[in-house]
Amino acid sequence: MQVQTATGISSLSTTAQKQVDRNKRRRKFSQIALVVVLLLGGLMMIFPFVWMISSSFKRPQDIYSLSLIPPVFTLDSYRTVLNDTSYVRWFTNSLLIATITTLSVAFFDSLAGYTLAKFKFPGATIIFVLILSTLMVPTEMLVIPWYMLSIELRWTDSYWGVMFPGVISAFGVFLMRQFFMGVPNELLDAARIDGFNEFRIFWKIALPLVKPAVAALCIFTFLGNWNAYIWPLIVIRSEEMRTLPVGVAFFSSENGARFDLIMAAASLATIPVIIIFIIFQKQIIKGIALAGLKG
Amino acid sequence: MHLTLERRKWLWGYAFIAIPFLFFLAVRIGPTLYAFWVSFHQWDPIALDRPWIGLDNYRDLAQDKVFWKAMRNTWIYVLIGVPLGLSISLLIALGLQQIVRWSGFFRALYFIPYVTSLVAVGWVWRWMYMPNGLINEVLGFFGIHGNNWLGNPATAIYAIIITTVWQGLGFQVVIFLAGLESIPQDYTDAAAVDGATGWQIFRHITIPQLNPTIVFLVVTGVISNLQVFTQVRSMSSQGTGGPLNSTISIVLYVYQKAFQSLPSKMGYASAMTVVLFFIILAITVVQLKVLQRDTD
Repeated sequence: MQVQTATGISSLSTTAQKQVDRNKRRRKFSQIALVVVLLLGGLMMIFPFVWMISSSFKRPQDIYSLSLIPPVFTLDSYRTVLNDTSYVRWFTNSLLIATITTLSVAFFDSLAGYTLAKFKFPGATIIFVLILSTLMVPTEMLVIPWYMLSIELRWTDSYWGVMFPGVISAFGVFLMRQFFMGVPNELLDAARIDGFNEFRIFWKIALPLVKPAVAALCIFTFLGNWNAYIWPLIVIRSEEMRTLPVGVAFFSSENGARFDLIMAAASLATIPVIIIFIIFQKQIIKGIALAGLKG
Repeated sequence: MHLTLERRKWLWGYAFIAIPFLFFLAVRIGPTLYAFWVSFHQWDPIALDRPWIGLDNYRDLAQDKVFWKAMRNTWIYVLIGVPLGLSISLLIALGLQQIVRWSGFFRALYFIPYVTSLVAVGWVWRWMYMPNGLINEVLGFFGIHGNNWLGNPATAIYAIIITTVWQGLGFQVVIFLAGLESIPQDYTDAAAVDGATGWQIFRHITIPQLNPTIVFLVVTGVISNLQVFTQVRSMSSQGTGGPLNSTISIVLYVYQKAFQSLPSKMGYASAMTVVLFFIILAITVVQLKVLQRDTD
């Protein structure tokens, strides 16, 4: 049978064969055209970064030259930024704040999401609706009350002051609840029969099953806190407590004309995120798609 | 004391939810109500006296030209930025879907702006837009007379919108691709067998099937553009929403009134956030209605 079909195909009339060839060629051509268009678009997308990095290696007098390759390559602007500002301190502040916030969100949002997905107790629905309703409130509405609270409790200009509004996130609770709903109850009941207590069931059985969702949540939370601007800008007062975006913003507006320095500061703030992105690219993109579909 | 198994599970539930719930009460729900309360006062944090003035803040808002300017600008950010971003990202996603090789590489190219800090890249764009910046130099090369893009009240807001669209494209492309992948291949195959053209398939199968994705992206896009702040602060002249308030957004105006003006007008700023809250609430309700109609 198979031999027959094979000979059948090879004996196709030559005109039909030509048509197939033409279609194939056309498809190949459109594929190449598509790649070229997307490549051009992609280059336009990353051009500002290329320009930023290239300019950061130029001397102040070359900064307005249009060449992508610096006429004279220099590290002076980096030296100035690193020596004359508290860049390292800002970087450490951002790293510390983003890491602690991410760990806290991962733990509490998973716990709350699990509880709302798997426990039926009086008031559970009301609690869920109340948490969900906070998603509708814009952060900007809350910064004024948060600021008053921080002054009252003397939290301004401290790590806790920057972190406290974000240590548990409503979006994460909702996301984790959606994922925990997919965990089969039989699995949890089996663990109960084995005498596991409820926390151990959550920690040892349920949580490992939703690892991809936790990873996505961690990445969002980290990036969000790393790039956060308005609240740190309000609650931080001293130079050494600034986070990276706040530090870079102040540095840039204080050195308005020195674009060599601003580009070095911007590069230093951007490159770590791009490296993180390249390492975790698959998880980040999958996580965003996942959250978009579940949300 | 003996507890039934069910009651014991209840206790675990309450124990697990206690900290998150108290957190949301104290940090989200309480402050929301407090913002309403503050908006009925003349509120300067330094002053000892914070008199109740009823709806006066709202009355003043209605008379405040800068507020209306900010409101108008915010809607320009929304009504131009969202459709522009969505149509470009849908085109890119449709292209990326057809690509066989290197799709990961292409996705990365488009996605990188989304993960970076707007404060840092805002300054890169600011520099490219300058009178002697890159964009004018390139235009000059083609004999086109340049413009002070961010310094001209007629163009500044659109220059900022382009940066915003650029930054958000990667996110929208990824969501669109996920939506496109969830369309059953059978649908398009069947239509192709029936002789439907590419455009007909796009119009009658792809777009209706993508509807939930589009609703999601429109709503997230509208809400995030209503709250535009960082790019206006880092790109407009002196970060004040200039020139001539042509780029000022509601949130930037809130920030100026509450944290930069002397005496601080926290009550007035809170009244603005209450208005913003109701706009976002209305949009969320409309979204729920639209989604409900879809599932019916």
